[in-house]
Amino acid sequence: MNKKNKYINPYLGGFLLGLLIIIALYFSGEGLGSSGGFRDVTVAATNFVAHNYAHENTYIGPRLETGESPLKTWLVFELLGMIFGAILSAALFNRLKFSVGKAPHITNKKRLWLALIGGALWGIGTQLGRGCTSGLVLSGMAVNSLSGYIGLIGIFGFGFIFAFIFKSIWIKTKN
Amino acid sequence: MGPLYPQEIINSEFNILIGFFIGIGFGWLLEASGFTNTRKLAGVFYGYDATVIKVFFTAAMTAAIGLLILHYIGWIDVELTFYPKTFWIPTLIGGAIMGLGFIIGGFCPGTSLCAASTGKIDAIVFIAGVFLGIFGFIFTYDLLFEGLRKSGNMGRTDIAQWLGIKDGIFIFIMVVITLVSFYVFQKWQDSHTKKMSESDLNDLGLNKPE
Repeated sequence: MNKKNKYINPYLGGFLLGLLIIIALYFSGEGLGSSGGFRDVTVAATNFVAHNYAHENTYIGPRLETGESPLKTWLVFELLGMIFGAILSAALFNRLKFSVGKAPHITNKKRLWLALIGGALWGIGTQLGRGCTSGLVLSGMAVNSLSGYIGLIGIFGFGFIFAFIFKSIWIKTKN
Repeated sequence: MGPLYPQEIINSEFNILIGFFIGIGFGWLLEASGFTNTRKLAGVFYGYDATVIKVFFTAAMTAAIGLLILHYIGWIDVELTFYPKTFWIPTLIGGAIMGLGFIIGGFCPGTSLCAASTGKIDAIVFIAGVFLGIFGFIFTYDLLFEGLRKSGNMGRTDIAQWLGIKDGIFIFIMVVITLVSFYVFQKWQDSHTKKMSESDLNDLGLNKPE
């Protein structure tokens, strides 16, 4: 806690991220995305555990029709790369260690329960809304799609409303 | 002329390898920008940390301007990319659910993956939640979500065309909004950091205003 975290200049980080989106679109025609890869992994796991159920399911059945592994997708390999990239960066900046990230006044137990619930909400929201902050909003805004801007209003607009309601998770309130 | 893979100029194995390297860059930049630190992410909603706004909007505007230029000089045909269809009702409702998940859980999927990879236990639990949520969606799709997910279909809609203006004009307006928001969020952050404790400043990697 005493050592200062070092992060790169946010405008430089954003600029490089923007270039990366252009490169992804130029080579692969893909935007940067995360929830699509999470979905592919869930589809593969469902198919592994309950083959017939997965093939008959209205939502994921069509994804298994080609016979190709649902894990052999651009998005899944992008996620694998993200794991490597994040570890390399954290190692370089000397912050590769096990810890629970949270506001100091919250207990670990509470933080982990909230993380689980928050994650589950993302799981549902990404499938309903067709993507997450990166695939739907960031990449969507890059190509001027209306969808990306609706996602922006949804996630950040409603986020500010929910932030007000759930302020005690992140800000210590005086009493 | 791009995009290369959709026009079969590169093969699928090479394309997936590119995806892997793009991922390395993406993961690196998210980590290096501080997006594995859940307090920095939440900070945008309470004003004490403007990093998310700065990184996110700089990235979106850089990409939008770059693609506008590349499209104009004929180096990339954006029509051939993943260009998303707009289903405004489920995207707005799904977005609100994600917004709630952001405040409750302190991450989004991409940032949670990077955070989990670098040892953040809360992010590992968050990812377990994401998988539970996606599985729950798959399991209840017919019953709860199918009609809603397919509603509000507007096809491939460009926001500038939808507003009845040129793409360049729209991006110019967005750049102006972006610059104003940088100024406002910086002022908001300064109002917090000037009275912030040393340990909080160290955790967030921020400095007191000059």
